[in-house]
Amino acid sequence: MSDPLSVEGTRAGGSQSRRARLRAAPILIEVRELEKTFVIPDRRVDTLKERVVHPLRKVEYRELRALRGISFDVHQGEFFGIVGRNGSGKSTLLKVLASIYRADAGRIRMAGRLAPFIELGVGFNPELTARENVVLNGVMMGLGRRAAARRLDSVLDFAELREFVDLKLKNYSSGMMVRLAFAVMVQANADVMLVDEVLAVGDAAFGQKCMDVFRERRQSGKTLVLVTHDMATVQAYCDRAMLIHDGEQRFLGDPEEAALRYYRLNFGGRQPGTANGAGADGERADVSLLDVWLEDLAGARLADVQEGQSFRFNVLVEARADLKSPTLGFELLNVDDVSVFGFGTTLEKADGVSRRLAAGERLRVSAEIDNRLVPGRYSVLCSISRSGTRGDDALRDVRIADFLVKGEDPMPGMIFVRARVDASVER
Amino acid sequence: MIGRFERDVPPSATDLVLRDIRGPSALSGGWRRLWELSYLLATTDFKRAYFGTALGYLWSVARPLLLFAVLLEVFTHVFRLGAQVEHYPVFLLFNMVLFGFFQESSSTAVPSIVGQEGIVRKTQFPRLAIPLAVVLTALFNLVLNLVVVFVFILVFGVSPTWTWLLLPVIIAMMFVITLAVSMIVSSLYPRFRDIGIIWTVFVTALFYATPVLYPIERVEATSHRLGQVIALNPFSPILELARKWIISPDAPAPGSAAAGGPVRLAISLAITVVICVMAVWVFRREAPRIAEAL
Repeated sequence: MSDPLSVEGTRAGGSQSRRARLRAAPILIEVRELEKTFVIPDRRVDTLKERVVHPLRKVEYRELRALRGISFDVHQGEFFGIVGRNGSGKSTLLKVLASIYRADAGRIRMAGRLAPFIELGVGFNPELTARENVVLNGVMMGLGRRAAARRLDSVLDFAELREFVDLKLKNYSSGMMVRLAFAVMVQANADVMLVDEVLAVGDAAFGQKCMDVFRERRQSGKTLVLVTHDMATVQAYCDRAMLIHDGEQRFLGDPEEAALRYYRLNFGGRQPGTANGAGADGERADVSLLDVWLEDLAGARLADVQEGQSFRFNVLVEARADLKSPTLGFELLNVDDVSVFGFGTTLEKADGVSRRLAAGERLRVSAEIDNRLVPGRYSVLCSISRSGTRGDDALRDVRIADFLVKGEDPMPGMIFVRARVDASVER
Repeated sequence: MIGRFERDVPPSATDLVLRDIRGPSALSGGWRRLWELSYLLATTDFKRAYFGTALGYLWSVARPLLLFAVLLEVFTHVFRLGAQVEHYPVFLLFNMVLFGFFQESSSTAVPSIVGQEGIVRKTQFPRLAIPLAVVLTALFNLVLNLVVVFVFILVFGVSPTWTWLLLPVIIAMMFVITLAVSMIVSSLYPRFRDIGIIWTVFVTALFYATPVLYPIERVEATSHRLGQVIALNPFSPILELARKWIISPDAPAPGSAAAGGPVRLAISLAITVVICVMAVWVFRREAPRIAEAL
């Protein structure tokens, strides 16, 4: 486990002292050696008859160790990210923290009031009105009925849905529903919020609004535990992050480092939870990822980019086997997973002839990007071909970076195109 | 910004004491939370059931009344039981409404936790709230039905006695055993889906094995052995008390010779206690892992 303060600082000034302060803040969540194993019968025996007809047949169980010895602390006022690939155990961890699952071993201690949001609008009943749903939701979360009714006003104001308070939820548009659900979450006003992939629903603007609200709450000492596989959110908002893989805690500390390690795992190609065993990260791929980062044109690393600010996208990889003529292709996707544009290159010698990359050699690709992207969240997919011919891929469409383009106003479309517009009155 | 962070630490910072988190349970969050949640779930459910339909509350009353009309016809004219039992029509109606409470609660409770999968798997709340809300909803129905029953009781010329004041005791006894059974079936259903198929049949069988259609002493008079079995039924003493307190003060008391004797009564009570203990034990055991079994 690396010390978060020892990692090279890449964030804006002031974050170092903020981190020091957080470390001195009281601990709100203390997790020690948490274990959780799911017992999955190979043939699900659901009925008495099956037990009666085959009383001696041993039901064969498969054990899935979803969490193996997880330990961490979260301090007051901290934004703590839990990242990992699908099936890595991150959602299980959140459900254990939220008292939905019971841990098999280990210890969890918490202080303050906790509000878990495993899903936006969970427990909303379409047959009930907004008023009934909000009150029911409050009571569900442990408020008294009076307190829940009092909270109704602030929820409706936040969601700007006051005039629809007695409308049944089934008649709400999906946009109104999301607003209501989010208002419920924000107005829960708990000391600790546990949030799972909530920002994945809705559009980029919505996701940003959520995080802005959370950030506002942070000023008053609210704490957020966020489970996600969106590295852009983790890098932009979290103070620390934990990477989980196959139920094991692989890293705890700097979010940039956690994101990088996550991308490296992606390079390994193996889906967690499917095969058991197998070796270290990236062992099965011919290429391993050493680093990926954005920098401004002066060479300083960036966590996210301002609109209109051109930047360089850098990747450093190491060959694990000889690559005849390595060709790298990148594709940039927006928040809706729509491809915005692509770029790529083949490793060449000075004379333009392709060059081979021997095992152990490192390759750095640096792309200077004329940034015409509209504000929003973006991710980068990487494909690497061994010889430049189709079908000879060492990697295909692996997500290796996520970043934000920050801007004041949301813009329509995907990119800016300069257009010279004249308007004149014809006589 | 950093200074602000320091200053804005809420006053609760002083009492931020770490507490152990042990995961979900039947009662997590305490009795108060359990009660508030169950009550709210039950009232919204109840409102939804009756405000959504054209005839609303009438249905709640019409269902038992229709069945009552059929059975009354059959038992007074075909089996000629009506003539031999004092106030037979109201006796029948009252019993049916009481047993109907158990029938409705337990049948609705069976798939209740599975039906609420969405919230069970995604939120933390006292698991007991689900079956408790089901039984409470049925209890609201029972109370409304009892209003109609008492109208009939007066119409049929039963004279009021002070023992009518004991009606809440009868309701409480029905509530306890019904909740216990509902807890058992709802928590076992995720693992044993057969309960869903068996339960309807089981409750129907129990309906005939309980002195609902007939008074206990009639069975004792015709077949002693059958009477002995029926006297073991946990519902028998409750219905016997209901009849004695509300309709016919001269009816045999539970434990009297005509109602199967004190030993049978003791066994019947023991069965009730076993069911209640089992309910607590089973539910407490299943609740922590019920989200995983869904």
